[in-house]
Amino acid sequence: MGSLVSLLRRLEGPQTVGRGPIFWGLFAVVLAAALAFPMFSDGYTVGNTVYFFVWVFIALSLCLIWGYGGSLSFGQTAFFGIAGYAYGILTINFGSAYGFTLIALLLAIAIAALVALLLGYFMFFGRIEGVFLGIVTLAVTLMLERFMAQTAGPEWHIGTARLNGFNGMSGMPPLTIPWPGGPIVLFADVGLYYAVLAILVLVYLALRIVMNSSFGNVIVAIRENPERAEMLGYDVRKYQLITFVIGAMLAGLSGVLYTAWGQYITPSSMGMTAAALPLIWVAVGGRSDLTSTVIGTLAVLAGFQALTIYGSQYALVVMGVLLVLTVLIAPNGIVLGIMNWIARLPSHKKRGGN
Amino acid sequence: MDIATLAFSAIYQFGDAFAFLVLSACGLAIIFGMMGVINLAHGEFIMCGAYVTATASHAGLPLPLAILAGTIVAGIVGALVEFVVIRHLYARPLDTIVATWGLSLIATQGTLIMIGSTMAGIGTPLGSFQVGAYSYSTYRIVLFFAALGVLAGLYAVFNWTRFGVLARATIQLPHMAAGLGVDTRLIYSLTFACGAALAGLAGGLYAPTMTLVPTMGATFIMEAFVTVVVGGADIFLGTAPAAGILAVVKSAMTSWQGQLFGQIGLLVAVIIVVRVLPKGFSGFVLRERT
Repeated sequence: MGSLVSLLRRLEGPQTVGRGPIFWGLFAVVLAAALAFPMFSDGYTVGNTVYFFVWVFIALSLCLIWGYGGSLSFGQTAFFGIAGYAYGILTINFGSAYGFTLIALLLAIAIAALVALLLGYFMFFGRIEGVFLGIVTLAVTLMLERFMAQTAGPEWHIGTARLNGFNGMSGMPPLTIPWPGGPIVLFADVGLYYAVLAILVLVYLALRIVMNSSFGNVIVAIRENPERAEMLGYDVRKYQLITFVIGAMLAGLSGVLYTAWGQYITPSSMGMTAAALPLIWVAVGGRSDLTSTVIGTLAVLAGFQALTIYGSQYALVVMGVLLVLTVLIAPNGIVLGIMNWIARLPSHKKRGGN
Repeated sequence: MDIATLAFSAIYQFGDAFAFLVLSACGLAIIFGMMGVINLAHGEFIMCGAYVTATASHAGLPLPLAILAGTIVAGIVGALVEFVVIRHLYARPLDTIVATWGLSLIATQGTLIMIGSTMAGIGTPLGSFQVGAYSYSTYRIVLFFAALGVLAGLYAVFNWTRFGVLARATIQLPHMAAGLGVDTRLIYSLTFACGAALAGLAGGLYAPTMTLVPTMGATFIMEAFVTVVVGGADIFLGTAPAAGILAVVKSAMTSWQGQLFGQIGLLVAVIIVVRVLPKGFSGFVLRERT
């Protein structure tokens, strides 16, 4: 019991913005609104909101690796794709009976984590850092896209699952929860909405705890000054590798949920554009905080979708401009800037009163 | 097939891969080596060079002049980009990656909107010749010598011209160079423009051999980055030998298993090189700059 309390105390701390009753009150209000949302909305909008939620996980993974860890990775979409394809291959081969889709979800994430472990070992124990890390991860991502894009022929199959090259895989079953009164199939609707919302809240709170624990503090220390962290006795490479693997698992979760949501996955989900988008959400939101990443991702996604009415090319140009302007004008992120400004308001007033 | 034609085929493929790696990487390597800036919009400068070359060629200009036009336009665009964006980010190398990534997105999508999904190409000039049972494109031989020419030209510029000497001084000790009256900002601008122009040259040279699409830059950047990562900052001690080694890997893998495996071979090579020789490149220049 005592350990649980000390764990919950980690929900706030130096590495996350937002503390005290006002923040958690707001959190509760937003959560209540999110829970009530499907009752006031139609099936399409709810399904679309799930689509937004799905992307938040990959944004959080980038926030962890880039924002907290200070290593820019373009490889998150690679793990997204690996887990997405793994889920497709597993469920097409073994079906959805006996809750196998949930096992496939975990297996797919484990596969993404394994790939990240292998790649991360070579990168971090090879002491690749800074811009080189970005280049190697980008090269891996593009390679994977090209590889999957050329698997069109019938000889490319794993079990009964055809990889289908550029057109991608489709027809995998959605997530299914085994239940005594008949399995609950989570289509991209209210059912999946609550499932993904629950995962999202759990992941968000768990990440807050992790980042405010000693592990998170070491990660931030490495970002600020790797040499100093090393002199204090921390194995920088090991911490970076663990962060990278956790990030890959989050990106993989995103990929599985995406595949289960739309029941398809294509190689272009690992392409240049797909790799750029999470970067934009996280940069605009504010990469060094979990809350601003979540808010920024949802806001930019909503804006992007509103713009695609005028054509997705135009929307992508606007995204590019947004990214460049953010880097030039608000390098710490727009949402995070606003949040910090709000957090400073009461103290200003207090000082004014004195 | 006898040994001689087999050997010629291997050498031809090596030369082809070498030229591709050198030409696509040297602009990137200059910008990176001098400023520690990784330009993710490098592929889009190549695309710019290719498009301008094709347009000029369609307008009736002979190919060499058209390539020159592509080079110059890419250089001017590079100077503009440096002035508007890159200049403000020298202190934050990671942010330049992100910003140039945004620029790349803008350029690719902007080209798609303005020019459309493809552009009429120009045929490969100079025809082909026959060795043994296979025919080879003469233009590929020209590309190989163009790559050697670019390396020689860069060597000459950086060793024997005033700009080259000032540029090298600026790499080694920016503050000292500035203290001695060198306009380091101007040097950085010129270097960035120079790197962009080299990208434009690569685009112009390869324009007759590829289909012109807005995403063509992506074809080049992976090879370019891999070469720069393996080679490190110095063009003559880094990029050129790296391109040589990687060309062997790529051409061997390609003739064994096809294009894709050539690229996978490159990737595996880079990961191994990075693991075995981390000091060969690891943030070397970045650390030197600070």
